[in-house]
Amino acid sequence: MDRNRLHNQVASMRRSLFDQGYLDDQFIQLEELQDDTNPNFVQEVVTLFYNDSTRLIQNIEQALNSRPIDFCKLDDYMHQFKGSSSSIGAKKVTNECTAFREYCNAENAEGCIRSFQQVKQEHAILKRKLEVYLQTVRQASQTA
Amino acid sequence: MNVSSVKGSMSISSSTSTWKAGDTISDQFPAGLRVLVVDDDPTCLMILEKMLIACLYKVTKCNRAETALSKLRENKNGYDIVLSDVHMPDMDGFKLLEHIGLEMDLPVIMMSADDGKQVVMKGVTHGACDYLIKPVRIEALKNIWQHVVRKRKNEWKEFEQSGSVEEGDRQPKQSDDADYSSSANEGNWKGSKRRKDEEEETDERDDTSTLKKPRVVWSVELHQQFVAAVNQLGIDTVPKKILELMNVPGLTRENVASHLQKYRLYLRRLSGVSQHQSNLSTIISAQDPTFGSLSSLSGLDLQTLAATGQLPAQSLARLQAAGLGRATAKSAIPITLVDQRNIFSFENPKLRFGEGQQQHMTNKQQVNLLHGIPTTMEPKQLVSLRHAAQSVGNMNMQVPPHGPQSGQNNPLLMQMGQQQQQQQQSRGQILVDSTINHAPRLSSMGQPILSNGMATNVSSRSGIPENIRAPGYSQTPSMLNFPMNHASELPGNCFPLGSTPGVSNLTSKGAFQEDVNSETKGSGGFMPSYDVFNDLNQHKPQSWELQNVGIAFDSSQHSNSLQGNLDLTQSALGQQGFSSGQMNGHNRSAAVASKAMFSTGDVKELRSAQNINQHLNNLLVDNTIRVKSERVCDTSPANIFPDHFGQDDLMSALLKQQESVASSENEFDFDGYSMNNIPV
Repeated sequence: MDRNRLHNQVASMRRSLFDQGYLDDQFIQLEELQDDTNPNFVQEVVTLFYNDSTRLIQNIEQALNSRPIDFCKLDDYMHQFKGSSSSIGAKKVTNECTAFREYCNAENAEGCIRSFQQVKQEHAILKRKLEVYLQTVRQASQTA
Repeated sequence: MNVSSVKGSMSISSSTSTWKAGDTISDQFPAGLRVLVVDDDPTCLMILEKMLIACLYKVTKCNRAETALSKLRENKNGYDIVLSDVHMPDMDGFKLLEHIGLEMDLPVIMMSADDGKQVVMKGVTHGACDYLIKPVRIEALKNIWQHVVRKRKNEWKEFEQSGSVEEGDRQPKQSDDADYSSSANEGNWKGSKRRKDEEEETDERDDTSTLKKPRVVWSVELHQQFVAAVNQLGIDTVPKKILELMNVPGLTRENVASHLQKYRLYLRRLSGVSQHQSNLSTIISAQDPTFGSLSSLSGLDLQTLAATGQLPAQSLARLQAAGLGRATAKSAIPITLVDQRNIFSFENPKLRFGEGQQQHMTNKQQVNLLHGIPTTMEPKQLVSLRHAAQSVGNMNMQVPPHGPQSGQNNPLLMQMGQQQQQQQQSRGQILVDSTINHAPRLSSMGQPILSNGMATNVSSRSGIPENIRAPGYSQTPSMLNFPMNHASELPGNCFPLGSTPGVSNLTSKGAFQEDVNSETKGSGGFMPSYDVFNDLNQHKPQSWELQNVGIAFDSSQHSNSLQGNLDLTQSALGQQGFSSGQMNGHNRSAAVASKAMFSTGDVKELRSAQNINQHLNNLLVDNTIRVKSERVCDTSPANIFPDHFGQDDLMSALLKQQESVASSENEFDFDGYSMNNIPV
């Protein structure tokens, strides 16, 4: 009953990701897009997101480290980052992005820096969770 | 209409063929809808693509706006709808929106994670047919086909009603803002009004109405022709006149009408934007540069400019948008009616008043548009530009009846320019305005974007002659001078300010705008600008005359709209009446032909038209020239789109209209899908 176990595991991991607010409805949209013609769609999108977001994070870091801080550019980067993370359903990450943008609008450098730490943290946490989750999904589908 | 024979940009044939292609899958509609999606975010792009494929659409994705534009340009009828992100690194999404509206007249849906009211409003005013908030859900994408259907439907309606309602929808006074909301509106409400006035128009249009309306691609050239015609005739002119003046085979009044609508909205939008800048002078200066560059182009140049990107794409887009705007057409009459319109939120009342303003807005925009958009100007367009210029005052220029040849244009414009340098400035503006105003009506493409632009322009035109001069022309003083040096200036622009023999845009603006009823209004509207214009161009009182003449001329053609103008211009017309007569004849044919031709080139045309107009105005054009230009511009007051300006209004109206209009899907075809099968 390896398969069953794996499937159960997948189901419970998934449920907890949603319950704990790491993922939202948009992620379900991605799952629904996955089909036989695109069996790894979710995995592909998540991978793409993490590759791209790394770049965005670097940009933001740079902008935050520069003096004086260009809040306009920061806001722009964060807007992109937020759009990206919301498109995969990364709920907590998106929320942190929103908080960041508020600090940014207020031109609160300290607030931005702190908020950005939160963003990075959530981003990393979700990445790990998704990796584990998707790996389990793969295993479950292989054993099926 | 024999599209295939249409020169240059007319893409009717292609659209019809595209349509045919779709016939095979018509039963599956909306499956197979050809979507172009543009987003710089790879994650979003991937997801959108997958979603669209899941909706059974045929998807093409781009991560850059420039790529998207070039894809659209190289395959004008290869897409049914465009989805674009707002924030993109290489080009602002709204700018892309304008470009598409002006050049291809495709429905565009904007997307953004930003759901702020301002941004969404910007989308509306720039002519987006919808705005989606990210993250986008597949449900939202499942219904995007409605925009394609709606647009076709509206175009069809325009087409169908072009004869009778051409001018109807242009009720300048009242409907500026609201009217334009949808081309359907135009046909519906205004149609009835116009009907009585324009019965005569209908006659001419009958044959076109009955034709299946192929999608007309407004190439740069075509658009330039259009602009030239509008400049000559005045933004308040009617599509019929513009059509006649343009003399583009295969172009229908409906095409011109919708294009004029858009253009007017575009102008209006521009003027609205300018207004915000709140300084006419500012606007002018802004315009001038672009315009200048534009004017120099005149015809060929315009294209080049556009290609070289001299003109700020944005302005160009704006011009185009204004011009082509689906803009709900208030533009035509807008000048006078502008005040009434106030509907355009972003348009300041100021805009309204001014024809002058508009002009200059137009100019500005036109110039920009041309630059930014490397559209190829159809020879026709160039010609029309030339025509405008010629009419303005160049006796020497012999504008070929059709198809502007860029090469020819330039020399012609050159001539004109020299003569009219100063005058052009003021003229240019006026021209611009008129062109822009006209544009919305003409464009059958009915790009909503344009309307926005037009709307602004229109408004500006009506009120402020000064604006006309200053704003529009300030930037391109050179342009104003028509001298072919810059051809770009305004020749294409809507009005042939003054000297243009018949069509003086200003006059036409007043006159055509509402076509039927507006005639008087038009004149009224026109008048103010006229006056202002005079003020501006001290030396140009005569140009006004020319303009008047144009108006008178137009009037003759369009009983309705022109009437008003005639009165105004009676005095001036005296000498020019002659040309008017000639023009009438020409215009009709030109109108028909030119309608189809409009495309991005139009913008150029507008600009060049403006310039030309300036020249013409200055010179007191040669009758022959005038005739020609009028021909091009003659979109027949009746035809010109119902809405003139008030892009905002137009847009909203249009949107509303779209929704409310009963779908007669079966009646129109749009590329790839047979209307019959469209589930409405």
